[in-house]
Amino acid sequence: MHRVKVRVVEDALDANNTIARANRADFDRAGVAVVNLMSAPGAGKTTLLERVLAGGSSIDGVRVGVLEGDVQGSLDADRLAHLHVPVVQLNTASGFGGECHLDANMVRSALPALPLDDLDLLIVENVGNLVCPAEFHVGEDARIMVASVAEGEDKPLKYPLMFRTCELVVVNKVDLLPYVDFDLERFLYHLDAVHPGVAHLEVSARTGEGVDALRAWLARVPDRVQTPA
Amino acid sequence: MHEFSIASAVVDTAVRHAAGRHVTEVHVRFGRLRQVVPDSLEFAFGIVSRETVCDGAKLSWEVVPARLRCTGCAHEWEIELPAFRCPGCGGAAVTVLSGEELEVESIEVEEGAACIA
Ligand SMILES: [Zn+2]
Repeated sequence: MHRVKVRVVEDALDANNTIARANRADFDRAGVAVVNLMSAPGAGKTTLLERVLAGGSSIDGVRVGVLEGDVQGSLDADRLAHLHVPVVQLNTASGFGGECHLDANMVRSALPALPLDDLDLLIVENVGNLVCPAEFHVGEDARIMVASVAEGEDKPLKYPLMFRTCELVVVNKVDLLPYVDFDLERFLYHLDAVHPGVAHLEVSARTGEGVDALRAWLARVPDRVQTPA
Repeated sequence: MHEFSIASAVVDTAVRHAAGRHVTEVHVRFGRLRQVVPDSLEFAFGIVSRETVCDGAKLSWEVVPARLRCTGCAHEWEIELPAFRCPGCGGAAVTVLSGEELEVESIEVEEGAACIA
């Protein structure tokens, strides 16, 4: 018995990335754009999503479906039934509680349940966590993260990986600004240091402020996907 | 915990390359920007590797510094803090040269028979 060194030089997330590419190919074939929606727990992304879809499953003619991966903030059937939005719930709960992120394989397992041919945009609501979801691609075209003014304004400095990986940062609960110790200017300053020039929107899922702008942003995502011939 | 997700990915990668052989050491390289806490990773690795060929393997690592390059003025620099704007020209368009690695560099395995190659 002797020991041999084996050169590997492989990204530890290669296996996940390979499945993510397969998902992406399936989404492209069906002409569906995919948004990976991430946030810290309690940032209000489920409520925000409900607001965005309050008018039904179509945004400016873009047909939207939801893949719900956040057990905690679950958009349950009742809440969505009246919105007529196709929702598939991923069961991410394990024996030790919920998963801390979605990976490409979990999303892949949900593909057969998704009515991809009837969708233009699929919103994947990730597990509320600012760390692990940033590492795992699921086959998305765009990543959005929701931060709320109830969190610290130094969040971008603490979670640079997450803030850098997103192309849109949604600042939620701005209706609370007068009541909380959150300096929006400082938050945006930190955000710019971590991800210079990143787009952001200020919204309130409660009052509806800024939700139209988010809706418009989402409705433009499918433009990037080539429609299959 | 972040390190558990990463440790699982590291163990999966090592197991695949071990092809059934027992692994005695796994060497990983991770970039500063990955925010991996080495002690936590080592702890998670010890748990996640149980009942795999990596059980009992030593985890060794090197941290790759974060280096950026400004697209506008070609300035190159290393960052310790998450500040990605170019200190030279204030430009926002920067390329990450290193610091995003999350790589299994090599593994050490036990070979039963003498290696002739
Ligand atoms: Zn510069």
